[in-house]
Amino acid sequence: MAAVLLDINDLYCERDDRVLFEHLSFKLKQGQILQLVGKNGSGKTSLLRILCGLYSSYEGSVSFLGEEITASRDAYNSALLYIGHNVSVKNGLTARENLTWYAKIQPQLDEKLIDQALAKVGLKTYEEVICQNLSAGQKRRVNLARLFMLDETSFDKTLWILDEPFTAIDGEGVHNLEQQMSHYVANGGTVLITTHQELQMKENLQQLNLDEWGT
Amino acid sequence: MIRIFWAELSKDLLLAYRRKGDLLNPLLFFVMVVALFPLGVSPAADFLSQLAPGVLWVSALLAALLSLDNLFKADFEDGTLEQLLLSPESTYVIALAKAVAHWLTTGLPLALLAPLLAVMLFLPSHAIPTLVVTLLLGTPTLSLVGAIAAALTVGLKKGGVLISLLVIPLYIPVLIFGASAVQNATQNLPVQAYLAILGAMLALSIVLAPFAIAASLRVSVSS
Repeated sequence: MAAVLLDINDLYCERDDRVLFEHLSFKLKQGQILQLVGKNGSGKTSLLRILCGLYSSYEGSVSFLGEEITASRDAYNSALLYIGHNVSVKNGLTARENLTWYAKIQPQLDEKLIDQALAKVGLKTYEEVICQNLSAGQKRRVNLARLFMLDETSFDKTLWILDEPFTAIDGEGVHNLEQQMSHYVANGGTVLITTHQELQMKENLQQLNLDEWGT
Repeated sequence: MIRIFWAELSKDLLLAYRRKGDLLNPLLFFVMVVALFPLGVSPAADFLSQLAPGVLWVSALLAALLSLDNLFKADFEDGTLEQLLLSPESTYVIALAKAVAHWLTTGLPLALLAPLLAVMLFLPSHAIPTLVVTLLLGTPTLSLVGAIAAALTVGLKKGGVLISLLVIPLYIPVLIFGASAVQNATQNLPVQAYLAILGAMLALSIVLAPFAIAASLRVSVSS
């Protein structure tokens, strides 16, 4: 029986007098890929930000391994890898400097895997280029390189929350990411993702449509 | 904990070094106010030496204030601030590192530049060490307290005006004790009491301000 990583219970959130979702309850189990779908503005990003503990204007409870995320922030943050819809890369630093900084502030990322991660996202020859001079897609790849920096032994203890990770990424890049995602999930990882693209892998994939929960 | 402090501090310093224009901005402001003051009021030496402590302190304070708006703005806009808050390490240490980086790039250069400008304003030379010491004790407090306001307003479109309104009342005690110490030094009066109070304010803000900065950042990101 797979462990329940995230337990979302009776969640309610409104924004600008519009109810995004109410009575929303679901569980995210280890080894699962849960794809959030819904129209633009249906609250996918808001929900992901709530689940990361970044957005607190909600009612209901979100618990990680049985404990409220607000109470177990340290444990939760060291299990979480969040790719937001922002680029989350410092323009003034090189790709390598960005990832080195990430490895320090988020110790679940392994600094020794930076080379490998840069190669995997196709930025090996760009590692010393200031990110300002990279294209939009390449900047997103620098951020996505974090997904390749988790040590394999920690896959089953961690969780990815990905907000539109494929934006501005080319076909080959998307394919690579999906492969890494399958590899991650096959080894015990858990993924919560929003994307408008159809995911190639169907194994362990479930969908949750937010349009059914709001008004 | 120390590792993350260094990581954040060195990242901010590297970024500041790569954007030297922003680094020079407060210094240039400081130099210009002090250089234009005699032209606008009076170049008489005895008059200037009387006003020097106040002018130097006020312009240093405004120069520090000028740079506050950008303290968290870039991090907020590119999303790295979110990622910092998702670090399992303590946000207190991160907030402290950011304030220290701000001081190293504004307050410290201002304090080091001040003796040169003090000579321009005919501040008696025996008061110059006191000027530098008060600035070294006072500007970190300005950075720490200012960072609270910067963190609170980072999510707002026009936060700049609000920062000044929030922060000026809190800067006034630092200004009063800083400028009075230098004033006393010009008249060869004891200054230890003033320095002790500036030091106490610094100690208090090192301990308490990072909590407030961290909490304010969480509020700003969560909107």
